[in-house]
Amino acid sequence: MILRRLGQSIVVLFLVTLIVFLLMQLVPGDPILNYLGPTATKEQIQYYTQLYGYNQPVIVQYFKWIAGLFHGQMGHSVTYNIEVSNVIFSRLGTTLMIVIPAFVIAVIFGILFGIIAALNRGNAIDTTISVIANAGMAMPLFWIGIIAILFFGLVLRILPVQGYVSPSEGIGNWLRHLVMPVGILALGPIAQFARQTRSSMLEVVRQDYVRTAEAKGVDRSVIIVRHELRNALIPIITVMGVQLGSMIGGTVLIESIFNIDGLGNLMITAIKSKDYMVVENGVFLIACAVAVCNLLVDILYGVIDPRIRSAR
Amino acid sequence: MQENVKPSNKTGEAKRRARFIRVFFGRKAVVVCLAILIAILIAAIIAPYICLYKPNKQDLSSALLSFSAKHLLGTDSMGRDVLTRIIYGARISYSVGFVAVLFSGIIGMFLGAVAGIVGGVADSVIMRIMDAMLSIPMIIMALFLGSIFGKGLFNVIMAVGISMIPSYARVTRGQVLTLNGLDYVTAGTICGAGKLQNAISHIIPNCLSPVIILMTMNLGTAILNEAALSYLGMGINPPTASWGGMVSDGYSYLSMNPIIAIAPGVAILIVVLCFNIVGDALRDALDPKLRGALK
Repeated sequence: MILRRLGQSIVVLFLVTLIVFLLMQLVPGDPILNYLGPTATKEQIQYYTQLYGYNQPVIVQYFKWIAGLFHGQMGHSVTYNIEVSNVIFSRLGTTLMIVIPAFVIAVIFGILFGIIAALNRGNAIDTTISVIANAGMAMPLFWIGIIAILFFGLVLRILPVQGYVSPSEGIGNWLRHLVMPVGILALGPIAQFARQTRSSMLEVVRQDYVRTAEAKGVDRSVIIVRHELRNALIPIITVMGVQLGSMIGGTVLIESIFNIDGLGNLMITAIKSKDYMVVENGVFLIACAVAVCNLLVDILYGVIDPRIRSAR
Repeated sequence: MQENVKPSNKTGEAKRRARFIRVFFGRKAVVVCLAILIAILIAAIIAPYICLYKPNKQDLSSALLSFSAKHLLGTDSMGRDVLTRIIYGARISYSVGFVAVLFSGIIGMFLGAVAGIVGGVADSVIMRIMDAMLSIPMIIMALFLGSIFGKGLFNVIMAVGISMIPSYARVTRGQVLTLNGLDYVTAGTICGAGKLQNAISHIIPNCLSPVIILMTMNLGTAILNEAALSYLGMGINPPTASWGGMVSDGYSYLSMNPIIAIAPGVAILIVVLCFNIVGDALRDALDPKLRGALK
């Protein structure tokens, strides 16, 4: 079953390369003209077009790129004038420093708030959490980022309004730069996880096996963890997989607002300047990350639910 | 005795309609949200008659003003009234929301139905393409499509709409596969109905419910995506008022007049929240699995 899903993932990734390659061909503009500027001569344009292989037939360009991927070569960035792998991997670490902590925070707090809401169903705590969760899902990410910059950066002046520093420049400074981007990115997913956890727990609470455990006198906390949460986890894990993909997209906005040199900001610049190689490889990398997440979600289903494991 | 017996579909239909109205309109929050959405829609339509200012009229001598009786939400960097631009911006949000969702719903439903009904290679090819599109985060897909189509209302609708197609295709295909196994579909096949006739008579009408629920719930997502595209400068052409574009403009003047960036965001929040609450209520009212639990 896992092998079948792996095979499907490889087919999907191949289709992603086709889709992103074709889409890049449709984006108007000439990457060489963008790079050289309006004062470029005909000879310069011809030289660089040949140098980077943009004069070759589209099919040849595509297969050259795919063949290069198998050898770990991602081609040359026209905008930055260096190897694409250098451009992408120098920024990948920054994006991961934002996405991974944001995801972990979202999972922990989202599930926690969802459990609290479910256990206090109908009263003020449940209503408060549900209203905040609904509002959290409706807030535009870029807007809440701007509000945070205004409040914490300009009014209270306790956090920096822009940029990112690496941990080597001081852990305190690094954390101060991370607080807002990570916190803002986690808000929407916390709301989603809280809602899904609450909804799943309420479904599970009505089940016969929970009533049986209560009748047997099993401790409430044991019922919550071993019976309710475990059975409620399957739809929550599905949401986790979807949210991770969405958070990777969310970093595009976060990096734009906070002026962080990450993969998201790179994608915006590269799409606008029609830097084929950076966009194609960047999107392919993102799609690989999403495919790996989906595969992990499938594996987790089997770990949590023995019925899925034995059906395989 | 037999005169009192009235077996008719009409009684069942009337009962279902009554239950839908009771469940959907039963919650005060839903009624309030619907009222807000309709009020904003009406305001957007009659904007030229209710707004004191023109949305794009510049008055640099009145730039970056705060709240006042003359300008309830102040003015932006070009002296344009913020409240007027927010009301006109609702036109963009509603247009993109409804049209993009309708477009993606119809195309996605068609693709999902073909995949589920025809099956085989068509199913594999269509669903793998949908999986590939879903592997690319929606905002990046919308950015791509925004770059290809360019700025402008129609192009933004296309960009946002195309990026949402895969979710409808998946839901419809899932529904078709569930329905294919049901007795009345099998009965239709036994009676000699072909795949196409079964699809038109039984399968597609029963796929509409989950698709409509998803469309309502996706209205908020479409509005958020359009706002994000406009914020990143790939959406609606300035000087046309759009909420995302207004937030982007206001960012540069955050310390001088924060209301320019905050107010449009509040508008987005209210509209998307209302659509989400209405969508949830529609799901509860239409989703058969939850009907019993709601009594």
